Amino acid sequence: MIDRDQIVGEDELNAYVDGELPADRRTVVEAWLDTHADDAARVAAWRQQAELIRARYGALADETPPQRFNIGRLTRRRYRALTAAIAATIAAFVVGGALGWTARGIEAAHPTDLTLFTSDALDAYRLYVVEVRHPVEVPGDQRPHLDQWLSKRVGSPLQAPNLDKIGLKLVGGRLLPGPTGPTAFFMYEAPSGERFTLYCGRTSDRDTALRYTRGEQNAAYYWVDGDLAYVLSGPPERDKLHEIAQAAYDQIDRRQTPAQQGG
Amino acid sequence: MSEFHEHIKVAIPALRRYARALTRDPETADDIVQDTLVRALRSEHLFHGGDTRAWLYTILTNLNRNRLRTLSRRPVLAPIKDSDAATGGPESGGRDITRALDELAEDQRSALLLVVLEGLTYREVAEIQGVPIGTIMSRLARARSQIKAYLDGERPPLRRVK
Repeated sequence: MIDRDQIVGEDELNAYVDGELPADRRTVVEAWLDTHADDAARVAAWRQQAELIRARYGALADETPPQRFNIGRLTRRRYRALTAAIAATIAAFVVGGALGWTARGIEAAHPTDLTLFTSDALDAYRLYVVEVRHPVEVPGDQRPHLDQWLSKRVGSPLQAPNLDKIGLKLVGGRLLPGPTGPTAFFMYEAPSGERFTLYCGRTSDRDTALRYTRGEQNAAYYWVDGDLAYVLSGPPERDKLHEIAQAAYDQIDRRQTPAQQGG
Repeated sequence: MSEFHEHIKVAIPALRRYARALTRDPETADDIVQDTLVRALRSEHLFHGGDTRAWLYTILTNLNRNRLRTLSRRPVLAPIKDSDAATGGPESGGRDITRALDELAEDQRSALLLVVLEGLTYREVAEIQGVPIGTIMSRLARARSQIKAYLDGERPPLRRVK
């Protein structure tokens, strides 16, 4: 062997620490470390770094993952997203026709965010308000976490409006697939047990004032503020819904203004 | 449960460990793991056998890279968190390993974690990051010398914008 083979470089020292060297080079490296204290100290330090990293993060792999990582749940969510997409397509025609008077008949050909959001929001409302045990994914007493999580997933800063003043308690929220991507869904409850939901996702629509849509068992107000579309859904009592929508609208409108910069 | 689903399920604890070390933030980490799983399940038809685990690490690594890219493009309104994970808990303020990881460039951190925490080979890491093995080796060498310098108390290089 010529001398050059006996020189051990940085890469080889790393490979040695990581068990990536063939046996013959391993012997060479070990001999080298016996006579080069600096390199031996570096190798020891690198091993200690690895130990620190494993000590700090290793235990997490022994934890049972929380329910949100349940494969069955995640695949059901996929299925739900698919059915929601199909429902939205159908709704674009059905709702477009039914709401022709509001939508001026354009929606059937080119469903707008108004029709898509409203029909998805009402679907979600009907689906979740009847839930007794699992109406939401994150309960309302974890509001900061809820806001942070949903802002992150929806991709725009948003907050669940505080509607305590008009007697509505935040039950909590969840993430849903929506017409334009991830959508936030907040649920509120009146002392009487009546529930209202606020559905919120990104839109490219321009700002609009409140738009009222009435179905058979329920109704909704739709509006756009900044890059977010909102739908407040509830029982078909127009005045009550208007009061809640207005309260939410006022709060969001005030907050949104400084948060709209950048992008 | 299909064999594919079973392989994914088994990998979840390790994915959470890797994501936590990669992001140093429990919530962000679990969000990324969830995105990884959703993407993997959605792309089952694209998966033509091979190592499910390495494939999941690839998705996760890319998702985090995209996340950091997006973050660097726009100003972030980050709420102040009372979580201690990002600062290293009781040792916060000191020179601990979490802070040392913070100082690394993303590709160096990912390479180091895949090797020392996840126990992957250089070849696997090269495939995950989509670069030659030589690049992985230099990323590891740089990561290690930078962590050593940091823990030894040398002045850290200018913190990169994430």
